[in-house]
Amino acid sequence: MWLTPEELVAIKLSFRVALWSVLVSLPLAVAVSMVLARATFPGKTLLDAIVHLPLVLPPVVVGYVLLVLMGRQGAIGAFLHDVFGITFAFRWTGAALAAAVMGFPLMVRAIRLSLEAIDRRLEAAASTLGAPPAGVFCTVTLPLMLPGIVTGALLSFARSLGEFGATITFVSNIPGETRTLPIAIYSYTQVPGGDLQALRLSIIAVVFSLVVLYISEVLVRRANRRVMGKDA
Amino acid sequence: MLEIDVEKQLGAFRLRVQAAADGRVVALFGRSGSGKTTLANVIAGLVRPDRGRVVLDGRVLHDSERGIDVPAHRRRVGYVFQEGRLFPHLTVRNNLLYGLRRTMTADRTVDLKHVVDLLGIDHVLDRRPGDLSGGEKQRVAIGRALLTSPRILLMDEPLASLDVHRRNEVLQHIELLRDEFRIPIIYVSHVVEEVVRLADAVVLMGSGRAVAVGGVEEIMGRPDLRAAAGTFEAGAVVDAKVVGQDVQYDLATLAFDGGVLTVTNLDALIGEPVRVRIRARDVSLALDSPSRISIQNVLRGNVADITTARDGIVDVSVEVGGVTLRSRITQRAAEQLALRPGLEVYAMVKAVSLDRLGAK
Repeated sequence: MWLTPEELVAIKLSFRVALWSVLVSLPLAVAVSMVLARATFPGKTLLDAIVHLPLVLPPVVVGYVLLVLMGRQGAIGAFLHDVFGITFAFRWTGAALAAAVMGFPLMVRAIRLSLEAIDRRLEAAASTLGAPPAGVFCTVTLPLMLPGIVTGALLSFARSLGEFGATITFVSNIPGETRTLPIAIYSYTQVPGGDLQALRLSIIAVVFSLVVLYISEVLVRRANRRVMGKDA
Repeated sequence: MLEIDVEKQLGAFRLRVQAAADGRVVALFGRSGSGKTTLANVIAGLVRPDRGRVVLDGRVLHDSERGIDVPAHRRRVGYVFQEGRLFPHLTVRNNLLYGLRRTMTADRTVDLKHVVDLLGIDHVLDRRPGDLSGGEKQRVAIGRALLTSPRILLMDEPLASLDVHRRNEVLQHIELLRDEFRIPIIYVSHVVEEVVRLADAVVLMGSGRAVAVGGVEEIMGRPDLRAAAGTFEAGAVVDAKVVGQDVQYDLATLAFDGGVLTVTNLDALIGEPVRVRIRARDVSLALDSPSRISIQNVLRGNVADITTARDGIVDVSVEVGGVTLRSRITQRAAEQLALRPGLEVYAMVKAVSLDRLGAK
């Protein structure tokens, strides 16, 4: 194997962080998309803006806000640590949280788009066939928004793999704990003689990104065909 | 079967329907925009009325005063939508089973094989809805609703999205299932031919109200309802029975209450009940028994009523042995013959002008 143990650790960590960030934020993103696409309530525009904030804010600001709120001394962080024993500060879980927050708007946008494209008359049809509201959601709404879920999850996954600013601000640069692929690349550029390693890791990052995009394309095409009523 | 008294405000449109109708097939008939589909949605529980009561076959589905509102998924109303609304992500088989799986075993009276055979959709079971023709889609949609073993089948313009050929194909299947399953049908349509062919009773809708309720012959024959019935061409609907066939000339003889009709062969067996429509413009009148004419059907009757002239045209109702035929003639002809109620006349109908409206 031509990867050094250090590089391998960074790659594995990046994948773990990205995977967890997607898994945990996906259900929440579906719920928020449902609310934004279908509910009407005062303050909806505000919620929409808050969800999209990480997209326009400097990532460093997001990282800093996370540090203030979710750090060991932060209002929420202290509570979670004391009550549930969950710690984000300077842990890989914090990196996952930062990645999840940064990827969230991408996820919500994609899911909401496919949700709004659903013909709601199909849901009405399902209810006349005896399906209660929860059943309609699970058997009609959810499968029909699958293209959006796949797109959103993969976009957010790719975004997580590349997350840098918020992560390094929130959980710093600890080898084996929070030094993900992009942070490792950054670190190599900061030491004399690390150029080659930075280049190798950059190439790896490009390859991973391409693979993720390719898989996403294939999956979305398949999901779209199914939603159009054709064989996948 | 259907007892309804509801009010619903939808933007500028106001639905206010009070009607009770009985029959194997009750038609909600009226022009587009008359509130038929809204009423259907109220019956199915997809639209909640502002006020009122919906009772189907003795079951109270909605009663605002008593606070009853059975949710759509418990109403057991099999709804066939205008556009089919098949689930695109499921195969035809799973579309068909969608409702069946959600029907309690004890309530199941319709089984998959029976429906698939009846509707002729065996060959598409493993396909996806996106690949089906319009007629196939609509047949699957009917099957899917039927497989919930509904207390009532609600069909909202199920033929509207189909071309003429498919229409006839699906119509025949609807006739089949009407005769095969003992499930009452509410049939929503703006097409008079479909209503006359299928329905026993008609609720005529106009601008959000039930304008008239009654038997098909009665409603379709009333000239005063022409405005609401819209595209309907005046005429009479006659229930008859095949009593003879002339193979050599390809003719059939039908007996009805008012006498005998000769029609071009209609692919029916002797003894089979049929329904035919005699358009008012195909009926001419004579004061004396005509002789040496090509017209095959000459029926003696009495003038019952003459409408006031409009654009030089009058409609004359003629009683022929308990059946009312209609004749559309010019005002001048009516005056030349001095037609008046009670006068004995001969109504003449060309054999080739008769439309068969399907088995009764």
